[in-house]
Amino acid sequence: MIRLEGLEKVYGGKGGATHHALKGIDLSIGKGEIFGIIGRSGAGKSTLIRTINRLEEVTEGRVVVDGVDIGTLDKAGLTAFRRQVGMVFQHFNLLSSRTVFGNVALPLELAGVPKAEIEKRVLPMLDLVGLDDKRDRYPAELSGGQKQRVGIARALVAEPKLLLCDEVTSALDPETTQQILDLLRDISRRLKLTMVVITHEMSVVRDLCDRVAVIDDGRIVEAGNVFDVFVSPQHETTQALIAGEIEAALPKSLRRIIHDGPPKDGENPVVKIVFTGPNAYDPIISQLSRVAGIDFNILAGQVDYIQNRPFGILFVEAKGGLADAEKAIAFVQSRNLSAEIIGHVDPDAVPAG
Amino acid sequence: MSTQMLSLLVNAAGETAYMVLVALSIGTLLGAPLGVLLATSGRGELFEMPLFNRVVGALVNATRSIPFIILAVAIIPFTRVVAGTSIGTSAAIVPLTVAATPFIARIIEGAVRGVEPGLTEAAQAMGAKPLQIVFKVLLPEALPAIVLGLTLTTVLLIGYSAMVGAVGGGGLGDLGIRYGYQRFRPDVMLAVVVTLIVVVQVIQSLGDRLARKLNKRVR
Repeated sequence: MIRLEGLEKVYGGKGGATHHALKGIDLSIGKGEIFGIIGRSGAGKSTLIRTINRLEEVTEGRVVVDGVDIGTLDKAGLTAFRRQVGMVFQHFNLLSSRTVFGNVALPLELAGVPKAEIEKRVLPMLDLVGLDDKRDRYPAELSGGQKQRVGIARALVAEPKLLLCDEVTSALDPETTQQILDLLRDISRRLKLTMVVITHEMSVVRDLCDRVAVIDDGRIVEAGNVFDVFVSPQHETTQALIAGEIEAALPKSLRRIIHDGPPKDGENPVVKIVFTGPNAYDPIISQLSRVAGIDFNILAGQVDYIQNRPFGILFVEAKGGLADAEKAIAFVQSRNLSAEIIGHVDPDAVPAG
Repeated sequence: MSTQMLSLLVNAAGETAYMVLVALSIGTLLGAPLGVLLATSGRGELFEMPLFNRVVGALVNATRSIPFIILAVAIIPFTRVVAGTSIGTSAAIVPLTVAATPFIARIIEGAVRGVEPGLTEAAQAMGAKPLQIVFKVLLPEALPAIVLGLTLTTVLLIGYSAMVGAVGGGGLGDLGIRYGYQRFRPDVMLAVVVTLIVVVQVIQSLGDRLARKLNKRVR
């Protein structure tokens, strides 16, 4: 549905400082897909999403949506095109002078839809986002989550085929974030929408998207199925973004006693075991101690489901030292799971358990 | 104070109201589009016209840097062309309008620039045309600030209108100078001053209240 071909964007010029925001972006996004684009701030993701509805003109390259190169559209064509593309913003961008109803009605007013029909189309939208009792409220009277619901209703009221989400949960607390993500997922399924989601939070990608592209310094450094990218990130930016998620599983007190580098005499190695794929359900831990005869101590772990597939990480301390750790790694790898030594602990540092 | 004096005062107040209201109305009609254009014609903005922006900006500054009493005298030939005469209350409306227009343009420019740029972007993303953005987004969102600015302009014009006595305009200021000062009538002077204070107070508090009512940002 969307093809981005060789996008380049350079800001500035004419003697002033230039900023090369996009450096040869190629992406293809399918119909009905929820496509995430993740990157740190300044990586170019906001610029990238704005090229799709031409809020940003590209310096080089083509944006093709449903077979139409949108760079070739004239003013009227662009207006008509934008009416089929909804956009939701980080800071909601609601009109403070209009009520909830008035804000959601705005895209229809702009398109010249008659008043009676506007009412007929806005009310079901408010229902859909759960704000039917707030129609006459002003944005200042709403919570952040409610404001974003208004933003979503406004983006959907003109029945777009494509929804662009620009950091839609970044201004929200974790609980509200989850509610908004649930709403978006529900809507995308019900309306069979194509969605492009920009975020710097890996959890948004994990909970919402089908596929993901990682952008770093204006380039796509990694792209693929969310599960695959999550489970075996290739690029260091991806790894860093995911590490932030996983490190949350490793309590601070533990992080302090785990040291980098291989263990010396008397120190025990710490092994990270990643459970994914068809063998993720195997009773690896009990087999490890029973079959391989290795004693170990579980330091921390988390089990998660990404796109309904299990994904677990376990940090264990091999009590028998380096030799045991290597045996354990070999065993885990023989089951097509991955394991590696990530550091070591002093034997007395962790209470046996 | 005699009934005669009282009727003079009422008359003068009426003249002031007439001059100020007409100048304010015409000034707004001319100044509002100018202000919107000033706020939206910069580089990379809605109606990008950098040259226009610079020229009009300079013109507005030039007009605003001339003291009103000088302006009123300096443009007498222009006043004569527009009003047919350079003397009288109606003629005084011309310099008042000339002073009010650039002031209002700057007020409106400031109010429109105060609108969150994200709102313009959101409207563009919805497929809004530039004029729709002005009338559906920028002006409604800027309205509370515009009302406050026009209140300020009204008070300013009442002050200016007191000076047009110098070019043959009437009004409260003229009454105060001719009767209160030149004919040694402190009672008239006092009445004029008190009237001006009350009128300005009332206008300011009405403007404040209206702006607060229109402002939905704070609840």
